[in-house]
Amino acid sequence: MKNPYLPYPVRISKVEIATEDKTLRTFEFEFLNREDAAAFTYLPGQFAELSIPGFGEAPIGIASSPTEGDHLTFTVSRAGKVTTRLHNMEQGDVMGVRGPLGHPYPLKDMKGKNIVILAGGYAVTTLRSTMIWLLHPENRDNYGEITFIYGARTPGMLLYRETLEEWDQRSDVKTYITIDNEVEGWDKYVGFVPQIADQVSPEPDNAVALICGPPIMIKFTQPVLDKMGWTGDQIIMSLENRMKCGIGICGRCNVGPYYVCKDGPVFTKAQLDELPKEY
Amino acid sequence: MAEKILKKEELDDFVARLKSKYRIYAPLEKGGEWEWSEVEQGKDLTFDFFNSSLSPKKFFFPQTECLMHFRNDPHEEKGMLMEAEAGLDQPRLLFNIRPCDAKALTVLDKVFERDEESMDVYWKDKREKTVLIGLACTDPCPTCFCTSVNCGPHHEEGLDVLQVDLGDRLLLRGISEKGEQLLKDLDQAGTEDSQAAADQKKEAEGSITSGVEMDRIDSRQTLEVYDQAMWDRVYESCINCGTCTFYCPTCHCFDIQDETQGEYGRRVRNWDTCMSWLFTHHTSGHNPRGTKKDRVRQRFMHKFKYMPIKLEGSIGCVGCGRCTQRCPVNIDVRDVVNSMNEEHVE
Repeated sequence: MKNPYLPYPVRISKVEIATEDKTLRTFEFEFLNREDAAAFTYLPGQFAELSIPGFGEAPIGIASSPTEGDHLTFTVSRAGKVTTRLHNMEQGDVMGVRGPLGHPYPLKDMKGKNIVILAGGYAVTTLRSTMIWLLHPENRDNYGEITFIYGARTPGMLLYRETLEEWDQRSDVKTYITIDNEVEGWDKYVGFVPQIADQVSPEPDNAVALICGPPIMIKFTQPVLDKMGWTGDQIIMSLENRMKCGIGICGRCNVGPYYVCKDGPVFTKAQLDELPKEY
Repeated sequence: MAEKILKKEELDDFVARLKSKYRIYAPLEKGGEWEWSEVEQGKDLTFDFFNSSLSPKKFFFPQTECLMHFRNDPHEEKGMLMEAEAGLDQPRLLFNIRPCDAKALTVLDKVFERDEESMDVYWKDKREKTVLIGLACTDPCPTCFCTSVNCGPHHEEGLDVLQVDLGDRLLLRGISEKGEQLLKDLDQAGTEDSQAAADQKKEAEGSITSGVEMDRIDSRQTLEVYDQAMWDRVYESCINCGTCTFYCPTCHCFDIQDETQGEYGRRVRNWDTCMSWLFTHHTSGHNPRGTKKDRVRQRFMHKFKYMPIKLEGSIGCVGCGRCTQRCPVNIDVRDVVNSMNEEHVE
């Protein structure tokens, strides 16, 4: 029987400073044991507990896509005890990963549909995973138009700049990268995500929207989508709450009857409309 | 289901036989409180008590439990790898567990053993290695309301054996196969004793006069119950001490912490409480249940609305009344639930 509390041992294979303010770093992990890599089967939207013995665990969305191979990528903001420790760790260090946890985005139900992705700040991580997965040759033809709108405060705060460039060059995805204010030399969009969404005005017919961002972005994006006729069951969001066990037992991350860790973190807007706003 | 008879004077022999295989625990009196304690001999057992102060959930979900350990040596190849703690080395037997407390374990089974991916191996190990010999209630407390929350003074769910105290002897009913095995050498109960046990059950059930009603909690949507005005009244007296959550046989929230000392480190889980502000506090500073009202409401909503939705109708309460007995500001769970169930007055 598998012990769901026992992390898989992993080695940090790469560390990169991800943003100009240096509060985010992107870590790549390799499993120490081949069989653990095989057991860790995941899909975009799932998360894992990054487990540092002596410090604890932090639940972080998986930024890599399973189509990229056996390694796992996480972009982590330095915020608390565990993530601060992680920021002080180096390539070659050994720690743990526990997961995959939670449900992925409903990729099966999204088949045949146009997909609109709205991302703000560093909440883009699991949406990076989703984009990589959707654009993979095995998956791309199963989906309609893909629109990717992503905003950060400044160019230097955008995650995965090189990958964004690649998407921008592709003809099978409409990419809108935006920053809050004009900056010299910036030739892409300027404005908040809700404003850009308003300009792009994605059609709701046969479409699904995935939204991840700070609460303020979600708050102002909602009326934009409402105006265009999007309904609650077409809007998919990913929640975060304080977590410990990650498997729906320890009791703290619930929103109404549902645990964000076990039953989420992916919920439709329609589902959330019927639940207390405890997130 | 076989009914057997054991004279109390033969308890010593019975317990001695069981002790060859099991470590035995039962509620014993210590300084005015009934505490779950290890039993050395049958004559230590007493049958004249209401219920143990703390519930026996700690046998399966200890207040502090080491989940795994590591050598805490980053310079060694495996020095920072976690290793799981071993399971119980000897099977256990809980004597005189009350039916409500046994029922609570079956509710918690649904939480801790929900599916293969989230199987709590620590809980499961202890459940599998523990036998439960229940003691039916003859004289329920005024705070008992088990009969209105899918339980009762002679409820058998979760037990291996149910005992009914008939004065100088005990009637033992084998419920599980494990239980039947334990009783196989005892004498068959006569019809008179069986009748006496049945009468006692009826009487005990009849003596529980208080209860809760949940029909409107069940039929209303989550937000309707959540947004009721009654919460503004309920939360005011609560001081968020969390006493109710520690005494409750179905409260199961926990925290996980790492501890290190020199070349030893461990990851432990500790009982936690939804009454604590820190329980849901995000690292960012945001707190989804940041007010006392949020937290008080969470506890009752969890037990009486969320758990029934998630656990095929199982209520997160067995009517033991401990929270009501122990609450320092006299919050009575029955009042709260009945208020939740009240007709809306606009």
